[in-house]
Amino acid sequence: MPPGFSSSDFYYLMPELVITAGALLVLALDVLLPRAWERVLSWVTVAVILGAGLALVPSAGQNLTIARDLVAIDGFATFFKVLFLVAAALTVLMSPRYLTLENVHPGEYYFLVLCATLGMMFMAGGVDLITLFIGLETMAVSFYVLTGIIRPNKRSNEAAIKYFVLGAFSLGLLLYGMSILYGLTGSTHLRVIATSLVAGDGGLLLPFAVMLLVAGIGFKIAAVPFHMWAPDVYEGAPTPITAFLSVGSKAASFAMLLRIFVAGLPAFRADGLGTAWGQPFGWGAFFYVLAVVTMTVGNLAALTQGNIKRLLAYSSIAHAGYILIGIVAGSTRGVSAALVYLMIYAFMQLGAFAVVVMLRRKDIIGDELKDLTGLYATHPGAAIAMLVFMLSLGGIPPTAGFMGKFWVFGAAIDAGYVWLAVIGVLNSAVSLYYYIRIVVFMWISEEEEKSAAFGISPAVATVLAVTLAMTVLLGIYPRLLFDFAQASAASLGSVPSLGLR
Amino acid sequence: MFESILFYTLAAFILGFGVLVVTARNTVHCVVFLVANFLCVAMIYVMLGAEFLAIIQVLVYAGGIVVLYLFVVMLVNLKRGPDAAPDRRRQSRVGFVLAAVMLAEISAILVYSAARPASAVAAAAATPLQTVGNTEVVGMLLYTDYLIPFEVASMLLLVAMIGAILLAKKEI
Amino acid sequence: MPAWLPPPAVLAHLGLILVVFNMLVLSAAFMVWMERKVCAYIQDRNGPNRVGFEGVLQPFADVIKLLFKEELRPKAADALLFAIAPVISAAAAFAAFAVIPFGTSTTLWGLLDQPIPLQVTDVNVAVLVIFAITSMGIYGIVLAGWSSNSKYSLLGGLRSSAQMISYELSYGLALAAVIMLAGSLSLREIVLNQAGTWWGFIPRWYVFLQPIGFLIFMTAGVAETNRAPFDFPEAEQELVAGYHTEYSSMSFAMFFLAEYVNMVTVSAVATSLFLGGWLGPFLPDWLAWVWFLVKVFLILFFYVWMRWTLPRYRYDQLMEFGWKYLLPVAVLNLLATAALILWIG
Repeated sequence: MPPGFSSSDFYYLMPELVITAGALLVLALDVLLPRAWERVLSWVTVAVILGAGLALVPSAGQNLTIARDLVAIDGFATFFKVLFLVAAALTVLMSPRYLTLENVHPGEYYFLVLCATLGMMFMAGGVDLITLFIGLETMAVSFYVLTGIIRPNKRSNEAAIKYFVLGAFSLGLLLYGMSILYGLTGSTHLRVIATSLVAGDGGLLLPFAVMLLVAGIGFKIAAVPFHMWAPDVYEGAPTPITAFLSVGSKAASFAMLLRIFVAGLPAFRADGLGTAWGQPFGWGAFFYVLAVVTMTVGNLAALTQGNIKRLLAYSSIAHAGYILIGIVAGSTRGVSAALVYLMIYAFMQLGAFAVVVMLRRKDIIGDELKDLTGLYATHPGAAIAMLVFMLSLGGIPPTAGFMGKFWVFGAAIDAGYVWLAVIGVLNSAVSLYYYIRIVVFMWISEEEEKSAAFGISPAVATVLAVTLAMTVLLGIYPRLLFDFAQASAASLGSVPSLGLR
Repeated sequence: MFESILFYTLAAFILGFGVLVVTARNTVHCVVFLVANFLCVAMIYVMLGAEFLAIIQVLVYAGGIVVLYLFVVMLVNLKRGPDAAPDRRRQSRVGFVLAAVMLAEISAILVYSAARPASAVAAAAATPLQTVGNTEVVGMLLYTDYLIPFEVASMLLLVAMIGAILLAKKEI
Repeated sequence: MPAWLPPPAVLAHLGLILVVFNMLVLSAAFMVWMERKVCAYIQDRNGPNRVGFEGVLQPFADVIKLLFKEELRPKAADALLFAIAPVISAAAAFAAFAVIPFGTSTTLWGLLDQPIPLQVTDVNVAVLVIFAITSMGIYGIVLAGWSSNSKYSLLGGLRSSAQMISYELSYGLALAAVIMLAGSLSLREIVLNQAGTWWGFIPRWYVFLQPIGFLIFMTAGVAETNRAPFDFPEAEQELVAGYHTEYSSMSFAMFFLAEYVNMVTVSAVATSLFLGGWLGPFLPDWLAWVWFLVKVFLILFFYVWMRWTLPRYRYDQLMEFGWKYLLPVAVLNLLATAALILWIG
């Protein structure tokens, strides 16, 4: 036992340890097992993720920090860890057949997926800038490699290079912002930063640091104007990885954003950073602008896309905008709305991508809108599932997506941001157009286009079933998630109510 | 007095070399200037009494990583940079505007922070620096307080290594 | 003493620096002579025997000859880097010696109030300093290779960078094992930790605790100094003269000097880390540096001996040996050392 650590530290770190050990196990099995047994690896990976989920049980209801005060075990971290594990498990389940088709070697693929998950877990649990940054970096590097893992594919290579170059640059900005925070307070611990900074500290240095942090994290959550990479990367990456990227990476970055801003700089939400046009403003104002621009640009750009993955990329940009509304609202209710939205978004987005994964056949890439033609005729089940996901993404009632939007906009109105909510509602109206467009393509049937029916692998079917069930269930009985999110958000620390209206 | 002269000289060198890294036409020259930049940064660390960090900066960055850069640059042997984008005019204009904004921001920061001395800054500056045996201090911190990030960093390096092999090797 | 002179301690220190610098230059000259003589005897010849007694002044004659040669620079060479490269090489070679202690302290027969240690400077991260400066020396070779704009030079430069980076890892790990035993990064403390004997006759040198580490260190040291059998950067049969093909006159001499000074430095480090530095029986404290010289000389002789006995490896064999054998052994050695320290306490 290292000095200063006790067995309880490792007890609560068990999920991370299981994931790490599992990742190494997958890597070792990849070498030891004969090639014909490759398929076993996906099941091992799923088992590892389930094991990590079991190891997460003791963390439920805890509120403490471990590992010398660097990692928090609180409701907030647990909420996100559940989300990451679910997303990772569903991603792994939709992968095997896709990997065979793309001729990707599975060993390293699953290893990297697990490592990305590990990084995310530290991004959710870290309460120290160093832990957060190392977690982010681990996740980011895993995703750079995963994006380019289809080596003969030029699109995949291009996406990886773009993601890597821009990602490294944005990490630089983020690190610069963190270093200024450290310079101002002499500590990297968020609690110390929160207590030692008072309004006016460091003159314009603090707003500058906040700007850099917003830019750095804005890149990771693909908020406009830092979204340029997203469509290309989402299009080029292997489809299951696109799904994981748009759900896991985004959620983890939001977790980090909430930690840094809500737990680290709580005093500067509504004012304290300076004044503009006679109004004091804080970081809430940055996110206000970001939310409006992100929603609008994301939805307008999605209207004209012909490629499903690009379309879903822009749609995911728009969703980041909706989630930002919850953060602007800021109160415990706002944060919990963001959490609820992230969880619901995870299920519907993963479901939609599972359908795209399914469309990948021998010789057919299957990510163009026209590849959906006649899907209802050949695979009514998948088409209906896709219909539900699209309605949910668009925010149509009995689905979960509606509940998410309802909660977010409600929080905004509650906090006095009526205009923000109005812009959000208008935007979701716009978004319906392109979601319905996808549905229309599925119901058109062109006889000559109708290729021979292709099978749905049982694993992908499982993913579709789980995501469909959750999307419907959370739409009908959302209280389940609301309570969980409410408790989690409360553990992030009470948030003062807002000034800027 | 002597220290501030040294500091500003070093800072000028760091900035100068930094600018040269970006502006030099020849990639090998860029890399050499980068090394010079790192060495000056290492000297700043020495001034701060962090000699362990200084040596690691020289050893790992200047002596290890940049040699690999040089290796790659020499193998690729770019005689001149790739042709600039066709809309170079526009790019340079945008760049100019951004640079101007950045300059304005930085000068504003300098002016304002001089006018409003910050309590926290003073507090941070007042914390005594560990001057003796900081190798031991760094070692103790890494393996006790920061054990978890340290271990995660090792996973990060493993990921990076496997990723590099995966993406670059001809046959796996 | 006149008042405008700095205090005697400072003067003594400056004198020390001068002495060390000149001793290094002299030892390089001596090494050149020794190399040629030993080589000659190994090959059953006489070697240089015209200039001075048995040719001892031959190196000086060579240097004078080189100084009067014309300085040539290929037309397509990169002027700045071509000029800087030999300077980097030589400067790095000399700088590394600054932290090596070669004796106890001295008051210069009572001239000084405070004794000064026989060492240019004692920093508490000395081992890492040597390591860092050595790694900077690579630039001299790589840049020389590139800036000459000649294929032989470029190949030599590339080979050297690949080789030095590969062997630096094993070199560092071998050092780390000793550092763990000594519990210090200061060379003076590491040497002092080796004082005393086991059972009255075996000196407590780390070579007996770290035999594998010593072998790794010596092997990697040969590669670091680009000596045969690892002299790929200048493999005559394939690359004419490798990275310094295009150099002439004094710039060539600087590379030559750097190579031999590097050898002296590596031997001195090996002496300090594994062979107890200046510690030895019989001699009084103020003559302890003689032991240091003797040990360094023996290692240098070993290097020369090896060069003229072993053929050069093939390049791929060198890489394979470095990464697949030397590095794992070094890691295992480090782990075993750590485990033993924990176990014995």
